[in-house]
Amino acid sequence: MKRSLFTMEHARQLTSDTYELVLSGDTSAITAPGQFVNIELPGRFLRRPISVCNWTEEGALMLLVKVVGDGTRQLVRCVPGTELDVLSGLGNGFDLTQAGQRPILLGGGIGIAPLYGLALRMLDAGCTPTVGLGFRSQADAFYLQEFAALGCRLLVATEDGSLGTRGFVTDIARNVPECDYVFCCGPTAMLKAIHALPQFISGQFSFEARMGCGFGACVGCSVPTVHGTKRVCKDGPILFKEEIVW
Amino acid sequence: MVDLSVSLAGVSLKNPVIPASGTFGYGREYAELYDLNILGSFSWKGTTGEPRLGNPQPRIAETEGGMLNAVGLQNPGIDAVVAEEVPHIAQLFQGPVIANIGGFSLEEYADNCRKLEGCPQVAILEVNISCPNVHAGGQNFGSDPKSAAAVTRAVKAATKKPVFMKLSPNVTDIADIARACADAGADGICLINTLLGMRIDLKTRRPLLANRTGGLSGPAVFPVAVRMVWDVYEAVRLPIIGCGGVSSARDVCEMMLAGASAVEIGAANLRDPYACKTIIEGLPAVCAQLGVSKISELTGGAHHD
Repeated sequence: MKRSLFTMEHARQLTSDTYELVLSGDTSAITAPGQFVNIELPGRFLRRPISVCNWTEEGALMLLVKVVGDGTRQLVRCVPGTELDVLSGLGNGFDLTQAGQRPILLGGGIGIAPLYGLALRMLDAGCTPTVGLGFRSQADAFYLQEFAALGCRLLVATEDGSLGTRGFVTDIARNVPECDYVFCCGPTAMLKAIHALPQFISGQFSFEARMGCGFGACVGCSVPTVHGTKRVCKDGPILFKEEIVW
Repeated sequence: MVDLSVSLAGVSLKNPVIPASGTFGYGREYAELYDLNILGSFSWKGTTGEPRLGNPQPRIAETEGGMLNAVGLQNPGIDAVVAEEVPHIAQLFQGPVIANIGGFSLEEYADNCRKLEGCPQVAILEVNISCPNVHAGGQNFGSDPKSAAAVTRAVKAATKKPVFMKLSPNVTDIADIARACADAGADGICLINTLLGMRIDLKTRRPLLANRTGGLSGPAVFPVAVRMVWDVYEAVRLPIIGCGGVSSARDVCEMMLAGASAVEIGAANLRDPYACKTIIEGLPAVCAQLGVSKISELTGGAHHD
């Protein structure tokens, strides 16, 4: 973990409530896709934990942010040049070495964010994952071109059928039964449904929680697992299929 | 050169700054960031007889100028703390440690304290009779002078270490509770624990916290804490650890002027993990501005007959 100042470079609106933010700063503490940063905002007591979408060693930090309240609204409205106090390199991140031969990445809504950086690094490591992204509707979909440009097999589902398969990412998964290992991030109901699919021998699930500190001190975000209580912020946010207790 | 050292019931601290229980774990997370030996002491996570998983999620909610927590005394239990955390703390921090102790019965409080007798680094026992987030325990003992006194007596009989009773602000008159603890033999008072609060989600029309209520901390509670430290300083002749919303070196001095001999920093650590370090580094300059060469001179300095 590192605390440092990042500078807002630009914000790009992707849908009615979702933005891509590019910041610059010291990214040296970020070691794995699936980690997150915790951003201090003027006038807000708690920081805002945001999943890392992608980063470069040269200091670029890409975030996808959904506006869910006043804090995230304040964040996406930061003008270029705004300096933000950021705790970076938080959480364990995805473990790419466990992916096997036929991994699939499944993301729902804003949960697709960490899967982009994950897909990039899997490709770098010589593994081409299948990617399944789920949205409420075509109007809510984002980052499809960016994922398509990676060259992975890309499958999309929307709840209303306005784009891709009608249904959920679990419907995508059923259509690619050869995929036997999952990396996923999204709403709890989605994670639960994926967890129940027998096709995955194992997998890594990215969890979300209301956090106090984001670095393991306050145990505000602890959840029960088969290995005892784990802090989503420090021992997670990635938990393995075998250890998850709903 | 400003002398930052203070004394708490015969225990010397190199400065008055103490990370508050529940915001500092057992020191591990912060030791990755800075050398803990700059601290006066630290108060470890409230520890009970048995391991506790704590309350269901969500346990945290933001508020204006602070936060609510309903962690519910999650901790590994006193035996695991003595076996694993105490030896580990010794590697991270060589100063005196404050052991925060929770309980659900007089026997449990006493047993927990007894189990720390063989831990020389534990210099002070901070007895939590004020946790608002557990049912049938914690605050129940701290909201009534008689039961607060009963816990004090039980603990004092079980230990030779100085005992500080950590009081709840969720009472009619905190000075009454402090007096009862003093009469029962307490060596000091720590105050305040969190203020009971609630947030409701407009969309779901349900409390934000799974536990419904939680404890309010952060800068929003600072003036409440200062007032209560003032009241307790007037009521008892015991050293006081002031706690509640302290966020800066100036806040530390203000709390000491109200009557505190040392000051705990809680929620500020969660927002800024370097908060205690920054505060300690800022103390000499603030003392110099105030014209004091020994910070301990500030204690009670706002009380003029």
